Amino acid sequence: MPRREATIGRVMAQIAMVMNLDKCIGCHTCSVTCKQAWTNRQGTEYVWFNNVETLPGQGYPRRWEDQEKWKGGWERTRSGRLRLRAGSRLKRLGQVFANPELPGIDDYYQPWTYEYKNLIDAPAGNDLPVARPVSALTGEPVDTIEWGPNWDDNLGGAPQNAPLDPIVEKIRDEVGEKIRFEFEQSFMFYLPRVCEHCLNPACVSSCPSGAMYKREEDGIVLVDQDACRGWRMCVTGCPYKKVYFNHATGKAEKCTFCFPRIEVGLPTVCSETCVGRMRYLGVMLYDADKVADAAAVEDEHDLYPSQLECFLDPDDPAVAAAAKASGITHEWIEAARRSPVYDLIATYQVALPLHPEYRTMPMVWYVPPLSPVVEAVAASGHDGEDAGNLFGAIDAMRIPVEYLAELLTAGDTHPVEAVLRRMAAMRSYMRRVNLGEERDESIARAVGLTGTEMEDLFRLLAIAKYEDRYVVPSAARADADALAEAHPLDDTCPVGEVAPNRVLLNLSPTRRSA
Amino acid sequence: MQKKPEHPRGIADALVRAGSFFTRAEVPDDLRTVHRTGGRQAESFYRDRWSHDKVVYSTHGVNCTGSCRWKVYVKDGIITWETQATDYPSVGPDRPEYEPRGCPRGASFSWYSYSPTRVRHPHVRGELLKMYREAKARLGDPVLAWADIQNDAARRRRYQKARGKGGLVRASWEEAVEIVAAAHVHTIKEHGPDRVAGFSPIPAMSMASHAAGARFHSLIGAPMLSFYDWYADLPVASPQVFGDQTDVPESGDWWDAAYLMMWGSNVPVTRTPDAHWMTEARYRGQKVVTVSPDFADNTKFADEWMHPHPGTDGALALAMGHVILKEFFVERQTSFFVDYVRTYTDLPFLVSLKETEEGLVPHKFVTAADLGEDTENAQWKTVLIDDATGEPTVPGGTLGHRWGTTPEWNLDLGDTVPRLSMLGDSEGDGETVEVALPRFEETAENAEGVVRRGVPVRRIGGRPVTTVYDLMLAQYGVGREGLPGEWPTSYEDARTPGTPGWQETLTSVPAAQVARVAREFAETAEKSEGRCMILMGAGTNHWFHSETIYRAFLALLTLTGCQGRNGGGWGHYVGQEKCRPVTGWATLASASDWTRPPRHMIGAGWFYLHTDQWRYDTLPTEALASPLGDGRFEGMTGADCLAASARMGWMPSYPTFDRNPLELGEAEDPVRHVVDELKAGRLGFAGEDPDAPRNWPRVLNVWRANLLGSSSKGNEYFLKHLLGTHSNLPEDGPRCAPRDVAWHQEDVEGKLDLLLAMDFRMTSTTLLSDVVLPAATWYEKHDLSSTDMHPFLHAFTPAVDPPWQARSDYDAFHAMAERFGELAGEHLGVRRDVVATALQHDTPGGEMAQPGGVALDWSKGECEPVPGRTMYNLTVVERDYGAVGEKFAALGPLVDQLGVTTKAITFDVAEEITYLGEKNGLVREGVAKGRPRLDTAQHACEAILSLSGTSNGRLATQGFETLEKKTGQHMAHLAAEAEGKRITFADTQARPVPVITSPEWSGSESGGRRYTAFTVNTEHLKPWHTLTGRQHFFLDHDWIHEVGEALPVYKPPLNMHRLYGEPELGSIEGVQTEGLRNRGGGRRAGGKQVAVRYLTPHNKWAIHSQYQDNLYMMTLGRGGQTIWMSPQDAESIGVRDNDWIEAVNRNGVVTARAIVSHKMPAGTVYMNHAQERTVGVPRTEKTGKRGGIHNSLTRIMLKPTHLVGGYAQLTWAFNYLGPTGNQRDEVTVVRRRSQNVEY
Repeated sequence: MPRREATIGRVMAQIAMVMNLDKCIGCHTCSVTCKQAWTNRQGTEYVWFNNVETLPGQGYPRRWEDQEKWKGGWERTRSGRLRLRAGSRLKRLGQVFANPELPGIDDYYQPWTYEYKNLIDAPAGNDLPVARPVSALTGEPVDTIEWGPNWDDNLGGAPQNAPLDPIVEKIRDEVGEKIRFEFEQSFMFYLPRVCEHCLNPACVSSCPSGAMYKREEDGIVLVDQDACRGWRMCVTGCPYKKVYFNHATGKAEKCTFCFPRIEVGLPTVCSETCVGRMRYLGVMLYDADKVADAAAVEDEHDLYPSQLECFLDPDDPAVAAAAKASGITHEWIEAARRSPVYDLIATYQVALPLHPEYRTMPMVWYVPPLSPVVEAVAASGHDGEDAGNLFGAIDAMRIPVEYLAELLTAGDTHPVEAVLRRMAAMRSYMRRVNLGEERDESIARAVGLTGTEMEDLFRLLAIAKYEDRYVVPSAARADADALAEAHPLDDTCPVGEVAPNRVLLNLSPTRRSA
Repeated sequence: MQKKPEHPRGIADALVRAGSFFTRAEVPDDLRTVHRTGGRQAESFYRDRWSHDKVVYSTHGVNCTGSCRWKVYVKDGIITWETQATDYPSVGPDRPEYEPRGCPRGASFSWYSYSPTRVRHPHVRGELLKMYREAKARLGDPVLAWADIQNDAARRRRYQKARGKGGLVRASWEEAVEIVAAAHVHTIKEHGPDRVAGFSPIPAMSMASHAAGARFHSLIGAPMLSFYDWYADLPVASPQVFGDQTDVPESGDWWDAAYLMMWGSNVPVTRTPDAHWMTEARYRGQKVVTVSPDFADNTKFADEWMHPHPGTDGALALAMGHVILKEFFVERQTSFFVDYVRTYTDLPFLVSLKETEEGLVPHKFVTAADLGEDTENAQWKTVLIDDATGEPTVPGGTLGHRWGTTPEWNLDLGDTVPRLSMLGDSEGDGETVEVALPRFEETAENAEGVVRRGVPVRRIGGRPVTTVYDLMLAQYGVGREGLPGEWPTSYEDARTPGTPGWQETLTSVPAAQVARVAREFAETAEKSEGRCMILMGAGTNHWFHSETIYRAFLALLTLTGCQGRNGGGWGHYVGQEKCRPVTGWATLASASDWTRPPRHMIGAGWFYLHTDQWRYDTLPTEALASPLGDGRFEGMTGADCLAASARMGWMPSYPTFDRNPLELGEAEDPVRHVVDELKAGRLGFAGEDPDAPRNWPRVLNVWRANLLGSSSKGNEYFLKHLLGTHSNLPEDGPRCAPRDVAWHQEDVEGKLDLLLAMDFRMTSTTLLSDVVLPAATWYEKHDLSSTDMHPFLHAFTPAVDPPWQARSDYDAFHAMAERFGELAGEHLGVRRDVVATALQHDTPGGEMAQPGGVALDWSKGECEPVPGRTMYNLTVVERDYGAVGEKFAALGPLVDQLGVTTKAITFDVAEEITYLGEKNGLVREGVAKGRPRLDTAQHACEAILSLSGTSNGRLATQGFETLEKKTGQHMAHLAAEAEGKRITFADTQARPVPVITSPEWSGSESGGRRYTAFTVNTEHLKPWHTLTGRQHFFLDHDWIHEVGEALPVYKPPLNMHRLYGEPELGSIEGVQTEGLRNRGGGRRAGGKQVAVRYLTPHNKWAIHSQYQDNLYMMTLGRGGQTIWMSPQDAESIGVRDNDWIEAVNRNGVVTARAIVSHKMPAGTVYMNHAQERTVGVPRTEKTGKRGGIHNSLTRIMLKPTHLVGGYAQLTWAFNYLGPTGNQRDEVTVVRRRSQNVEY
């Protein structure tokens, strides 16, 4: 549990997401429903606000995690301040017309389509008509498609391409034998990605036009489509490469967290359509005054705990009072209390942030995946643990813990191991319940939980009812206020001009001091 | 915490401070953030994007088991996108729900609505249309015009050769339908109604759309081709073991399993919306084991992964069975298991042993007749020893009881305790004998092909008999004290079949792992009382010898008491779509409200003959025989087996005779006439001379299917022989003349006069068709959907009307039926049609036709031809061809007189007919005057729901009451809770509706319970529809014995090198570049080719060929045909990831890009199923023509055991039993091709 600080600063609320990678089936339904709803239009052919990557693999865009090359996110100066890795604003202004850290279309992929009409229109000829591939950008024929947004799918091409996975490159020496891209050593998992809607978003700070903002009421980070001047500094600034350039409008676009749905209490499209039922949405209360310090802790391993400490316990009366004082409504505070996201991140601590070392304080967190035990252990006829335990030991699993740690905890393996142990213990504990045997509290205690907590966690992860996965308070109160302002007794339409919402514009001065 | 950053300084901070004066902003002291008000008008861009006018609930009629409900969004009258519905009724507070259901394929469906591949108008092949218009102008009559073209071989061949080469032109609906109707009338008149065929699979995926076409075919007397067996999805082991087509748990029941094996079933890909039950059940402490030759998607979720060599799964399962029998039956008698097998399996039943040259072999079940009893159906009552008395006894529940007159068809054993083993049989004399058992693995130790092991016996009538249990222990190599024969010494003993060590030599899976998994499995089953489940699928079911693999799986579940338990049993998940309101659908589809019986045909048999694949089938059937067989397949090929099966009345065959059945109907006594003519040799079976023009099929109608781009195994043979257009088939492929079937020296090309397709998108099938009708999409019509993966019925509802000139299948067939009737009134009138149907499952005549499973062929003088006993049933059906249109659109009167029947339970539907008359309205004039209307798809849906027990509680209750009379067991309470419930079409549109427990199926949903198969059997003692009334380990039919499959046995994949002359697996050789077109001078690396196992598992980016052409799926995949291969195989031929390669074997050629991945085992490639040749496929280097589809490298191979009929559970029913279109045993060579490709 995060330790409660004596003083609580400015309380803010954000709708955050947790994805349980242990349940992700890699189906990409989220990607398709998102694309259909948001980016199946000219200018965004190559854009996937939501994409799913097979790991190990290079991802989309290729090697997006290679910040040596792309210069995304923040870095900590020797004096302990944060600055954009891509450099000062003045330096960036000097590069607006030739940004060397901008991924090219081939780093994403050349979008293509086919001459489908030929199938119906082909005149009588000598062979079966075919729809040949053509570039969706130029209409030119493409004989061989060379790369796509999901080229790595299910380890396709992995022996050739996955050694270039930046994490693999990084830990190769450390884990050696565990990552060999050979049949017997196979492992994989899926990583669905959307915009992280960070607490400390580098994209917002990168924008020379002030066109990006983080909404005060729900923390959603957006590009103002009127104000964007197409400098693309945000594309570089975002270390997750989740801001895209619309080549038709000349403006940046990004995942909107489906705000038109969130505002009315509906889950995002990617969440509701997640057929693996592995996404959770809920309110996180955090202390906005702590964010700057938390993002600037010296040791990268401390970034995960320091972000945890920014989060406020909604059941703490002092937090509720402070939240109220900060203008957060009763409904949102109540929603925070029922937040599955808070439970997974803070109460049970099974969810972890994505690449905390980018220091953006991401708000889409992940439960790491379990995996089968490796061949050698299975072949011997033993699990590596006592015979009564049907589930493999964590260190015998196929996905190297080091890999997960590089992804989720800046390389610190302890938190990852702790989560995996907790998940494995839950399975052991529940197996006894399942078979009608005595509940064994000691299993729960071994991973720092009570039996009741174990069963609550089980309920959240396994039963996972719709109303428990998504606790999204609506913005109805604000609308009601607007109606009231319009004086219903007047003969004007009560749905008058809505009071302009407040915008939280993240513009950290620390980056300017460099 | 670290030191706080210093407070602002410098120019940047000054800018922020200054900025705050110019904008409405609030800057806190630390200057980290700026708070601004306003400026959010631009958010309206995304709000507008999201806004829509309405949401309509519908689903996808694709051939998958999803049956997912979707919200379809409509804006400005245009379908925009779809997201999954989440309104499934809850399955309980303590378990996960079905919401949301869907997958990325379904999520991209709306792309088709307005895509450039959408079929917008009727199209006709230009050549043909020109000929037709000319002929009609000349002759003035559509039928005469069609006949004129068909009677001119040159013109006929001209448009046939143009098939699939472009040149489709638009026509009006009126003209297109007229051509089609004329072709049908001409074909019936000239050749007979059984020369027309319809192909449309999987009624569950859109029942009214399927029924519409099937109804048209049934009314005119045309056969419908089966699909479940044709797709090789039908597990033949299911009828063999259970006497049931397939019945499996809904996915919600996976949650109940305590041990889950996924064996050849890649759940995240093939059961995407259901996969979460598996991931979630792990959190309940379910152990998950995957068995897959590659690191399949589901392996990610497993605790353990076993990867046997492809097709060797049966050996692994037998070894697990060895461990279970040894540790849980012999070393320790596990009472839960023993009680179960005594009551619910054939293990205690007695089997006689037969003396042969090789010694004693298992022979036939002992029956009451063998005991000298002269009771009713004595030959059909099987015998066991009552442990209490030591005497042979006939328990209730056998097939003889089923068709008898007393209510003894139940599994209530009363005081009888079945004796499992003859060992220690105090009433016998302690005799033991050695039996010879066949073995088929190709190893050095197996020169003889026989293993000899002892069983204890008792003598009855002087003959030695033993139990199935004793034979099972012998078969599995589990020795007991005092028995003679060859037994393993330990689990590691690899010399003799059955042990974990033996299987390791075949599968490569470590013996210790197999032993441990088997032990865990059985221990969990014991602790949880049968909650172990095996999900099995195409990976293990599409092999030539799949039923042997499946029987070894099923043995594991049945031995451990897991069948008929929630959370336990087999989950056969490939193609098993369950049309839950089956009775109503079947009534409409077979038009049994107007005429009976319909013609239903085995799809694989039809395609095997009429695409001439039999001519190339060099596999002698005797090569499949057991070393202990009696040589009955000598000299025979697949075509001979098919012909024999037809003669003996086992499997249907259409066209049936070498004469028009309407002509046969003109005799005074047509049935007698047919028998006399057959006996005299004047009348022949069409299947005995399939290449004679009089025996060709002439018209094939395909709807809701892409036959030629997807399921057509031996695709190139279809193109050459059935369609008569060009193909990639090598001209000089070896041929093989059958023994009994007539041989023509010249190849026949172009059998079909007309190929009709209805579709909304362009496929190989539409491209090759003569007439293409534009179909409504699934978001543009009314229909019904169900599946066995969830227990709900729900509806298709149009989000928009069909755009352009598209029409629903229902409306299209209605139009065809009307126009057909107009033309047929004059040309055909009222005729008598002699319909020959196979001996039918779930009928007393069919199941008890041929006692003892003794195969007697009347044509060889072994018996007399007696219709309905030793040969087909023959029925004379009167057809009023002029009235087909009227009959199509009304519910006929036969249902009032005869009721509706499913699985031998006949429902009285008088009340339902009255109801439907009120609900749908009555026809006011004509032949259907006073009958309920079926003129729209909604009316048809209403009828389907009213006439089925699953959707009409009154019928469900009535059906159980009927069953109570038969069994003497209390069952009606299962449906009583819903007796007053009648699900209407509007109900299914509003929300998914849970179905009602009905005797149409074998499980129960009563009280909100999760469905699983056979709980009615285990809990209410209803027998299975088998010979013993129990689940069978032992099969005693002559043909089953002949191939050595009386007991579960391991059969390796076919050796294609030995049997068909393909290169030996793993061999690498230089490519013969002669004949290859080296275009554009591309880099030719290595010049080598490698011979590999060629598997076609389901595609992550498609549901069969559907979605495979969809731009979203193309983009998430690799945008065209691909073949997965291991780095080792790739390296051996110089291939890198994404290189163009060609795969070539005796059947055809595929050109694709390689996906090189270490998740693939060396020696095996995957070309994911149903990758079409229509999108992104270049010309091949080998032939210069368009590359093939995945099925261009496959070919149909018939297994004789699939053709057995007329005997208990081994009796034909539509999609229940029949030859499978298996394709997994195939091999190919792969080589790198020129990297310059031409389209």
